[in-house]
Amino acid sequence: MATKFININLKIWRQKNANAKGSLESYKLDKVSTDSSFLEMLDQLNEQLINEQKESIAFDHDCREGICGMCSLYINGRAHGPDTGTTTCQLHMRKFNDGDTIYVEPWRSRAFPIIKDLVVDRSAFDRIQQAGGFVSVNTSGRTMDANAIPIPKADADKAFEAAACIGCGACVATCKNGSALLFVGAKVSQYALLPQGKVEAQERVVNMVRQMDEEGFGNCTNTGACEIECPKGISLENIARMNREFLFAAAKSE
Amino acid sequence: MALTGLFLCTFLVGHLAGNLQLVFSTGEEGKRAFNEYAYFMSHNPAIKLLSYVTYISILFHIVDGFMLTIQNKKARPVGYAYNKPGANSSIASRNMAVLGTLILVFLATHMANFWWKAKVSSEKFPLHTYTVYPPMAERPTEMYYTVKGDAIPKEGVIVKEGTKLFIDSKMFEQQIAVMKQMNPGQQLPDMSQMNKNPELGEGYKDLHSLVFAFFGHDKSKQGFPKNDMALAGLIFYVISMLVLGFHLWHGFSSAFQSLGVNHAAYTPWIKKIGYGFAILVPGLFALIPIVIFITK
Ligand code: HEM
Ligand code: SF4
Ligand code: FES
Repeated sequence: MATKFININLKIWRQKNANAKGSLESYKLDKVSTDSSFLEMLDQLNEQLINEQKESIAFDHDCREGICGMCSLYINGRAHGPDTGTTTCQLHMRKFNDGDTIYVEPWRSRAFPIIKDLVVDRSAFDRIQQAGGFVSVNTSGRTMDANAIPIPKADADKAFEAAACIGCGACVATCKNGSALLFVGAKVSQYALLPQGKVEAQERVVNMVRQMDEEGFGNCTNTGACEIECPKGISLENIARMNREFLFAAAKSE
Repeated sequence: MALTGLFLCTFLVGHLAGNLQLVFSTGEEGKRAFNEYAYFMSHNPAIKLLSYVTYISILFHIVDGFMLTIQNKKARPVGYAYNKPGANSSIASRNMAVLGTLILVFLATHMANFWWKAKVSSEKFPLHTYTVYPPMAERPTEMYYTVKGDAIPKEGVIVKEGTKLFIDSKMFEQQIAVMKQMNPGQQLPDMSQMNKNPELGEGYKDLHSLVFAFFGHDKSKQGFPKNDMALAGLIFYVISMLVLGFHLWHGFSSAFQSLGVNHAAYTPWIKKIGYGFAILVPGLFALIPIVIFITK
């Protein structure tokens, strides 16, 4: 496929720091290769800004291959842009046309405060993980080989699908309620489905949900937007499983 | 939210079954059956208990709904400049609180038009009457119909406490006084020895005519003023049912997901049943006043 070049207009959220008032700024960028990724396009824009002696745009990224969950842009009204099943770093400029105006905004959520420009603080997710997203094992001395425990294939597959969540936060960003239930549902499920995780399943779900609420995420009303925008295709089934786990845990608790 | 929502769905089915009698059983028999049903619904202790559960459910559902909505609005203090929610969710699912509030407005008018008039208001509520024609009676006679199944001529009866029927002793006294004058020798009962206004029984409130009058029928003979706003009432009712349909379009299957019921084999069916419910139940509710209106 021959490489094409397009000229685009950008409207990008600029904000000096957490407390500053931000605004959408307009930029013009010419000669963008349709083979480049969305982040490469932003690199190109930043070079242009640096050449013009202006401050470059801050945005999150790391692996640039859809596995780390660092990239996080709300592009033209959708989390991770117009493609489904992709992260922002996996989005290509061939999805856009010459002369397009592209809006780029940060994730909007009370629990994800803006640090600068397009970079938000997603440490709320880390704290939810720390509240219960683990299996307690004694790692000193001889640990047991996890593969020694037989696990039904279907359960292993479902746990693996849940574990595919990269913690990007697109689910929160796209949800009209700013709810983190898809993320938490995935994290709860990935352990609850496996024998090693079942032991602590009850405290896990209660603690993770409590932390989630403390962080200020909204409540799930089952609009299903998260499932559609999630780059890893995490299913709503995980939210139902979490609700189930939570209801049983709440019923059983003293 | 989910439990109260699903309970309200079962309430809708019960309420609909009752309302459908308005169009499926017709004539004097149908009217009598409906008023008997309405009496049963307001006097049976089990139904009474169920109605309290319904009131509490609605209250919790509304309070819960508003609290959720407020918390959810707070979770995103700054919105997006450019957002395309239509790409990933249905309009109904994104507007549950608005739809619910519209249902609430409808509920308020609905209760004021029917429940308040029939059960709370101190205004006299017309009772179920019917006319007996010759040869069953000497001349066309208006009759009350009692809870025990007796038929009582309307003339000479007074109504107290809304539905209780009593002999109008005063009228009898006058009649007896007239007869005494005309036939001085005759043995006549001494009214002063009798129970003042002996009770005859309890009549039925004529809720059937209330509904028909509200949706345009001329029920002035039954004691209901003509409703000039019948068409407006009908349109509002139908629109409200449309709103309810949208609320249920999302709400029905949403409730199952909230309760943790999500299964590869059953969930597609729960969704289909939910969509069917959302069309059928409000649809039939809306059909009833339409039928009543066009047969006026
Ligand atoms: C006959 C009346 C009503 C019925 C049958 C009904 C039914 C339902 C059902 C089944 C749900 C889904 C529960 C869940 O997702 O867990 C729901 C949700 C909801 N209802 Fe109602 N509802 C009614 C009236 C109302 C009213 C009067 C309000 C007033 C505000 C309201 C507001 C809501 C809200 C905010 C939600 C949750 C939001 C969401 O799930 O997206 N509803 N309703
Ligand atoms: S569930 Fe999907 S959208 Fe949400 S954090 Fe995980 S990968 Fe991202
Ligand atoms: S940069 Fe790692 S997923 Fe996009």
